[in-house]
Amino acid sequence: MNENIDFCGTRVSLMPSGAFFWPSAKLLVVSDLHLGKSERIARRSGQLLPPYETSETLLRLAREIDMTNAQSVLCLGDSFDDQDAVKSLDETHIATLQRLQSGRQWIWIEGNHDPGPLGLAGTHLAEYRIGPIVFRHIAAQPCERGEISGHFHPKARVQNVPRPCFIVDENRMILPAFGVYTGGLSWTTPELRNLFSNQAIAYLTGRKILAVPVPPISTRP
Amino acid sequence: MNELSDVFHDWFSTRGWTVHPHQLDMVARSTTPSLLLIAPTGGGKTLAGFLPTLAELSEHPRPGLHTLYVSPLKALAADIKRNLGAPIDEMGLAIRVEDRTGDTSSTKKRRQRADPPHILLTTPESLALLLTYEDAPRIFDGVSRVIVDEIHALSESKRGDQLMLCLAEIQAMSPEMRRVGLSATVEDPAAIARFLAKHPIPCPIIYADPGPAPDIEMLETEELPPWSGGGGKYAIPRVLEEVAKHKTTLIFHNTRAQAEIFFHELWLANAESLPIGIHHGSLSREQRERVESAMVRGELRAIVATGSLDLGIDWGDVDLVIQIGAPKNVKRLVQRIGRANHTYNAPSKALVVPANRFEVVECMAALDAVRSADLDGEPRGRGPKDVLCQHILIRACRGAFHADELFGTLTSTGSYSDLTWDEFSRCLDMVATGGYALRAYDRWQRLMQRQDGLWQLRDPRAAQQIRMNLGTIQDTDTLKVRLKGRGGGRPLGEIEEGFAATLTPGDTFLIGGRVVRYEGLRELTVEVTRRAGRPPKIATFMGTKFATSTQLSERILETFRKDDWPGLPKHTADWLDLQRTVSKLPSADRILVESFPHDGRHHTCIYGFAGRNAMQTLGLLITDRMERAGLDPLGFVATDYAVLVWGLNQIPDPAPLFDGDNLREAFETWLSGNAVMKRTFRASATIAGLLERNWGHQRRSGRQASFSSDILYETLVKYDPGHLMLDITRGEAMKGLVDFGRIENMLERTKGRIDHVILDRVTPLAAPLFLEQGLVPIFGEGRERLLEKEAARLMSAAGLKR
Repeated sequence: MNENIDFCGTRVSLMPSGAFFWPSAKLLVVSDLHLGKSERIARRSGQLLPPYETSETLLRLAREIDMTNAQSVLCLGDSFDDQDAVKSLDETHIATLQRLQSGRQWIWIEGNHDPGPLGLAGTHLAEYRIGPIVFRHIAAQPCERGEISGHFHPKARVQNVPRPCFIVDENRMILPAFGVYTGGLSWTTPELRNLFSNQAIAYLTGRKILAVPVPPISTRP
Repeated sequence: MNELSDVFHDWFSTRGWTVHPHQLDMVARSTTPSLLLIAPTGGGKTLAGFLPTLAELSEHPRPGLHTLYVSPLKALAADIKRNLGAPIDEMGLAIRVEDRTGDTSSTKKRRQRADPPHILLTTPESLALLLTYEDAPRIFDGVSRVIVDEIHALSESKRGDQLMLCLAEIQAMSPEMRRVGLSATVEDPAAIARFLAKHPIPCPIIYADPGPAPDIEMLETEELPPWSGGGGKYAIPRVLEEVAKHKTTLIFHNTRAQAEIFFHELWLANAESLPIGIHHGSLSREQRERVESAMVRGELRAIVATGSLDLGIDWGDVDLVIQIGAPKNVKRLVQRIGRANHTYNAPSKALVVPANRFEVVECMAALDAVRSADLDGEPRGRGPKDVLCQHILIRACRGAFHADELFGTLTSTGSYSDLTWDEFSRCLDMVATGGYALRAYDRWQRLMQRQDGLWQLRDPRAAQQIRMNLGTIQDTDTLKVRLKGRGGGRPLGEIEEGFAATLTPGDTFLIGGRVVRYEGLRELTVEVTRRAGRPPKIATFMGTKFATSTQLSERILETFRKDDWPGLPKHTADWLDLQRTVSKLPSADRILVESFPHDGRHHTCIYGFAGRNAMQTLGLLITDRMERAGLDPLGFVATDYAVLVWGLNQIPDPAPLFDGDNLREAFETWLSGNAVMKRTFRASATIAGLLERNWGHQRRSGRQASFSSDILYETLVKYDPGHLMLDITRGEAMKGLVDFGRIENMLERTKGRIDHVILDRVTPLAAPLFLEQGLVPIFGEGRERLLEKEAARLMSAAGLKR
């Protein structure tokens, strides 16, 4: 069950999968897919992890597109684990991507893992503005009202249950990582927590979205 | 070399010692290819192992490595070095002895490779590491003997399997090498002999005189054992009395947490300020070494310890062993009792302290078993494949190899003698390519086959990475604990990460017998201060949790069948009578199920007596079926004899939960999704080299943790269910943590006979379960409901509306 919230004058949906949907723009947004992660790990460290995360992540993405009937898809950066990971995509993955892209506008936002154009169909942008909203990979400092970003892979912990989450306050929103092989950063880590006001709310992903206030900024000496 | 020369006899007589018959036996049979010595602690076991080496080298001095000594403990290697020094110096032998462990400096390690000593003392891990170097064949060429100390302990773990694979390789480099195993008393010596010997060479066994029967009793206390709980705090005054009466007392506990609490309480009651120390595996090395040397110098009157003192040479003059808490396993109790051996040929003296009333029954059963020398143990299974995979990597680090040749070496190891070629090839394929149905790693595979058929590392630089990941000891996720301020100081010890996560600044806990206050986490170190205001939270340590053995469980159920219990203390007999009055006593041929409300939740207690691991599995299975039946279970806790489940709804009829066929079927489907499998996967995949050690821990400030190995497991199950790593995981889980075999036995002996007793309150026998640690939460509909409630509560508390 998704959660509809008001954000900077727009009505948007937070999906239990960690995807973001903006009904009036028919825009689906997913962040930090990290496609090709296992290949990159093999290339860089020699560890041979189960090489199925790209299939699984694309499958999950296809499901969200089907469910929302999105006309536009925006990947909010770190879509690929690095530039070389694009080249190592196998034919079935490329075919899947092409099928998903056909008949839709597709936007790749640059991330720190995948700066620059990817050599794939779609528009490649550093950031994307539409109405009151700006999409970029890493939250800007100082804060710009209406910003939606990714990068941090926020994770909340309630009753000792860890869950990837959206974090939202009056001005900005950070999306959870959508990719399968992704870890998380605790919502109380200062680098992440300090980006938000004390009114911030975390929306936990899972079977359905659960809203929880983010613990206030700690005043530990 | 069949007898000792005069030099040796003279040395023994200047010391006023006589040579033990088994020591002479070892010398007389020193040319035997494989020899196993079974001797009690204090029987001069280690010297018996080394005498043939000393004799050979004194007769025929020669350069190069003569004897390799392997022990499970680093500390043991260091002590042996000291102890061998005496005879070598006093007899004027030109023999160089060195140790090589994780603590040895890299300069010294390099020098040892160039110029090996006559006797090298090491551990299985350091030996495996040595075998990854190209020059290993030169080092081991001509090695004459290998001594495996404490082989009974090694044979119970993967460390032993790894060691034996390494020895098989060394044997191939030096075919004349003879093997000697030194073991404490065990239930199946022949199995250890097979484990030690090169397959299929026979391995004769020498039995030393076991000495007189131990003097062992249950400690009588004025204060009654509590109804529940662990730790044995009630017995502290009596324990102190006993400590005062003896020279040195070892006080064994089953868990580190209990040792910590007991030590703390012991000091609070220690009016005479008897010097008492603590020793366990989570304390820092410095701290452990301090206690060990104080013990050697005879400065300590007692040491509170855990399994970390189960092994090792005799530190000090121990004349009493006290076991706190039920021993779980008769063999281990016997071995612990053997630590009180200050005079060989005098009976070892030991006292057993039940921590609660249930344990009174278990302790009595254990004492009966000790007196009738009825040892227990599980047969060791086939050699584990994850260790085999790691061994292939070790071999590849050393240089290119022939698969056939390696297969030949591996199958000369006792525990891998029945390995088939197909099994071996699958392991080789997984090591080389990942073994995935989707051949994704053609360019990055780890090993490749050359034109000439030999296998080698694709990238030779990978050897360094592989070395860093060697070993079969499981790292638990622990964090170091340091005092805050002035550079941090030396670490006090380690606590589990999961426990650290529950701490908030101001919380207090026990470590090394001290109450410390949690101040915060800094760069993966827990910072604490000495200021202690609140009663301590209890540090939780992984440690090994032993399951009560089948034999001991049977003896307990046997006890319950009796009409009365004249052998038991009155308080315990009364308690069993009360249980019999309000409910029933469990019996071997029926399953007793009790349901009662407590604390606003429905509770159900199932008495299965199948041992902790199997009961844990039963708990997972039963709650899984409850979840399906809409009974909203919230969690459970398992002990060796029972599992206590709680939830939002009552179980109307337990019979369907236990239906054998359904349970087995549910087991199959359930197994792949459960937490035990995920944990086992992580451990086995790390050993097999598929995952790096410390996976998921590359955390730096402001960076995400790398993703959990659970995700890898789930992905593999979904996309590649036939993968070898899943087979390995399943096999490991089945025999270790899942222990489904004992559930099968329980179903077999009870044949669907279930007694469901519904009560309005907790029963005497169920009460102890409420104080057990290690509650397992169930993340199902029930938990989801509670989580939702909590989220709503937090939102409204924060004055936020949606």
